[in-house]
Amino acid sequence: MWFAAIVVLSRVVDEVFLHGASATAVRSRVAVLLALVAARAACSGAAEWSGETAAASLVRTLRGRVTGALFRAGPVAVRGERAGELVRLAGDGVENVGPWLARFRPARITAAVVPPVVAAIVLVLDPWSVLILVVAGPVLVVLLALIGRRVRDATARREGELAWTSAHFLDVLRGLPTLRIFGRADEHATVIEAVGRRNADTTMDVLRTAFQTTLVLEWGATAATALVAIEVSVRLMGGEIAFAHALAVLLLTPEFFLPLRRLSAEYHTGPAGVAAAGRIFQVLDRPAAVRPAAATPTPERATIRFQDVSVAFDGGARPALRGVSFEIPVVGSLALVGPTGAGKSTVADVVLRFVEPDGGHVMVGDVDLSDVDLSEWRSRIAWVGQRPSLFTGTIADNLRLGRLDASDADLWDALASAASAGFVERLPLGIATPVGEGGLRLSGGERQRIALARAFLRDAPLLILDEATSHLDEPTQERVLAAVADVSREHAVLLIAHRPEVARIADLVVAMEAGRVARAGAQEVVR
Amino acid sequence: MSPLRRVLRLAAPVRWWLVLAIAAAAGALIANVGLMTAAPYLLSKAPLVTGFAALSVAVTAVRAFAITRASLRYAERTLSHTTALRILTELRTTVYRAVARLAPGDLPDARSGDLLARIDADVDSLDVFFVRGVVPIAAATIASAVACVVLSVILPELAAVLAVFLLAAGVGVPLATRAASRGAAASLVEARGRLHADLAEQIDGMADLIAFGGDGNASESDARAADRIRDAQRRRAAALGWAAGASTFLAGGAGIACLWLAIPAVRSSEIAGTFLAVVPLVAFAAFEAVGPLGDAARQTEVSRAAAIRTFALVDTAPRVADPMTSDPIPGRHGVAFLDVSFRYAPDAPPALERVSFELSEGGRIGLVGPSGSGKTTVVNLLLRFWDPDDGEIVLGGSPLPRLRADDVRAQLAVVPQHPYLFNGTLRDNLLVADGSAADEAILAACERAQLSRFIASLADGLDTQVGEHGLKLSGGERQRVALARVFLRDAPIVVLDEPTANLDPRTERAVLGRLDAFARGRSMLIVTHRPAPLELVDRVTSLAGRG
Repeated sequence: MWFAAIVVLSRVVDEVFLHGASATAVRSRVAVLLALVAARAACSGAAEWSGETAAASLVRTLRGRVTGALFRAGPVAVRGERAGELVRLAGDGVENVGPWLARFRPARITAAVVPPVVAAIVLVLDPWSVLILVVAGPVLVVLLALIGRRVRDATARREGELAWTSAHFLDVLRGLPTLRIFGRADEHATVIEAVGRRNADTTMDVLRTAFQTTLVLEWGATAATALVAIEVSVRLMGGEIAFAHALAVLLLTPEFFLPLRRLSAEYHTGPAGVAAAGRIFQVLDRPAAVRPAAATPTPERATIRFQDVSVAFDGGARPALRGVSFEIPVVGSLALVGPTGAGKSTVADVVLRFVEPDGGHVMVGDVDLSDVDLSEWRSRIAWVGQRPSLFTGTIADNLRLGRLDASDADLWDALASAASAGFVERLPLGIATPVGEGGLRLSGGERQRIALARAFLRDAPLLILDEATSHLDEPTQERVLAAVADVSREHAVLLIAHRPEVARIADLVVAMEAGRVARAGAQEVVR
Repeated sequence: MSPLRRVLRLAAPVRWWLVLAIAAAAGALIANVGLMTAAPYLLSKAPLVTGFAALSVAVTAVRAFAITRASLRYAERTLSHTTALRILTELRTTVYRAVARLAPGDLPDARSGDLLARIDADVDSLDVFFVRGVVPIAAATIASAVACVVLSVILPELAAVLAVFLLAAGVGVPLATRAASRGAAASLVEARGRLHADLAEQIDGMADLIAFGGDGNASESDARAADRIRDAQRRRAAALGWAAGASTFLAGGAGIACLWLAIPAVRSSEIAGTFLAVVPLVAFAAFEAVGPLGDAARQTEVSRAAAIRTFALVDTAPRVADPMTSDPIPGRHGVAFLDVSFRYAPDAPPALERVSFELSEGGRIGLVGPSGSGKTTVVNLLLRFWDPDDGEIVLGGSPLPRLRADDVRAQLAVVPQHPYLFNGTLRDNLLVADGSAADEAILAACERAQLSRFIASLADGLDTQVGEHGLKLSGGERQRVALARVFLRDAPIVVLDEPTANLDPRTERAVLGRLDAFARGRSMLIVTHRPAPLELVDRVTSLAGRG
């Protein structure tokens, strides 16, 4: 429509300028011109709107996929990743794909379609000028492609660096109290500054390359435009071309190059989006930590048997379990004891299916654990890890994590079992007290007891406590252990402990050392 | 002061670079006006002359304007981005310093993911304020004026018409865009911070979420946040579409209006016919300057919302401030708590109530009490992360508020209850305690913390990566890293908060033996609920609990 407008405009100028037409004579043409301009405005508005809207939807979809993939990958896989990088990926990384869809891709399509159309129009108006365009166009396209590759490489490098930086920032922000304790918080400002400088340099590298592309392209385009202007002027002097045609050609020539220039201006958004997308697909394609659920129904209540189970982390470099065999009975408590680093927590990881065994089998009754339905299996486990996480929200929110429909009375019962009813009652807001991020408004022992109450509330057939009383004073620990002993009369309890007083309440004891079972049996046997 | 004006003030040290960027931008736009004057003039002149020489001035002008425009555009973009990045690097460091000053006492409710969003994404989005806001707006103002001057030379009325259109497109459209996108921008930035915070927490607590089946709800809440971001972006897309349409229409309209006005003037020979083609083209060229201003308005809104969040952090005054004139670093190393009372928030239950005890120089005391009785709070107050509401804490004869917080901390070697391990190598994590420590010193400290065998078993030794939160290590290994930090730090007062909670009895005994030797000639405070560490102390102080 714009091209049509240009042709009409040229005719109007031509008639008034060279043929002395009056305003009334060209009125209808001017009206057409106005209509064309309005139509073009509507198109460009619609293009902008639809591009941005589509981008917003795409970003939304990707974001959902990335967060979903993170949960599927599971906690053990995430342990090795830098949380800040993952946050950035789901936060900003996916945003980079938006401009790629909204701007870069349309620009690329326009660059492929529009120049030939312009060339065709010019061909009709003035075949000679097309020559210039046909020579200049491809040369510039090749140039763009060459520099484009450089931009792509630099952008990938930059993406990697920025991801690292985000991870670093988050790590530093979380560790600030530690840095302040050691008087190194201010010193770290220089590190932040240096990292910022380096990022700025890398970013400028990318941008400068992109701008150079644009510069070369603009020089090319303007040189061609100037050449066309001079060429048609000379031929106008000789009367070889009509003025209206000449003016239209002059106005159309920049339009021939405009899509290429737009594309080059968006060239850095393209690779940034592609680089982000690449990293996203890396996460999405990450093999799930455990095999997807199979159809085998989970046996109702069954013994869990470890049969020669081996697990190694970091692709086999760090063995954690080396052929472990023992049984967790349906009812009663079993304590895993041993020095730190013996592999006790890895046993819990295996039972929870945060990791799959690299060798051996875990049998639930007569079904292999890796064949049972994952979420159904986990719904039968209540677990308190070494570093239980509480989430922003109230105490009640945190307790209900494992049992959404629990009544307030249930909550208080669970709190009482975890020896926490007293301190929660004394809080002005009771169970409606917000705990802060990670439960930081509570003391270490209080946090641990809320996590215990959460596990008691779940009332699951298997209770796993991994050093779950390490921050409790002795009287409190005794009360909690009494509650655990109660649970073990109906359910299975797996206690992980390096302290004798915790292991004491267990019916059975398995002593581990360096990833192996050293001794196993009843209390008296092992002691 | 408005948040954006403050961002602008940050640019003061590099203002000349900014001015240069604006000059280049304006120059590029003016060159375009020049090109759009010279080219059609050349064309219009051509049919009327016979010799090429008559055109040579116009020909040269066309080429010169063309080359200048491209070069200046390059200069503008490079300059504006470089300058903006430089400003942002400064700002990021400022934000970090602010957070470092506030953590953890004044940030009890701040979520680390949200802080990350502020220091990372929010600061980044201020980039567009300069590159797509300040520079284009200033340059457009200059270039529009020049275009009007050019037209007024041809015919004054033309300049007036163009000015009306330029104002509509350059001021009216951006203002409307801003009004339409302000809500969307604020909710976008807010939702983004929220999502960052949620994700950081979910990734951290993923094991618990999954084990308790809470991952479904977490995903849903992420989905809702993502929906809010999308909706905000869509609302913004609509505003953007209208702006794009309006400025395209105004650009075309200005060209046609000027042409329409010029036609009778040409017929009455008021202006030369050769200028007729120049008129609409100069109008179009002027719109190249004001066209991006709609987008500038939108970007500025996002920047404004981000700036508000950023400055909110920078402006929070830490409650614990260093004194104007501080006492010298104490030469003695006793600590006394005198009737100290404290609560973490005015509506929170008291964490400490009239607590008094004294740790004499070279003395050793144990602090016991049920969980929640405020043992860790004692450590937090001694580190001066918070100040007591009532009572006084004295270090080496000086009340804490009269000492610089850094001087206080320099006296202390602390194992906090939840030591933080950074995602780096073991060595990085130990160097936190003493940046200049040589490997021998590090290994000696590790030996004392009973880490030697563990390190020897690692293929990469001290260069082993510990993972996020040090989670590639076991709980006991992490605690021993924290102990090794204390051995590495040569400070006169040793403060240990549950130093052996995660150790097995054998390791615990070995570590305590080393601590016993280390504490000779130092003062030591041990917070614990376990009997073994209390064998090291001369005296035990008991705190009454709240539960």
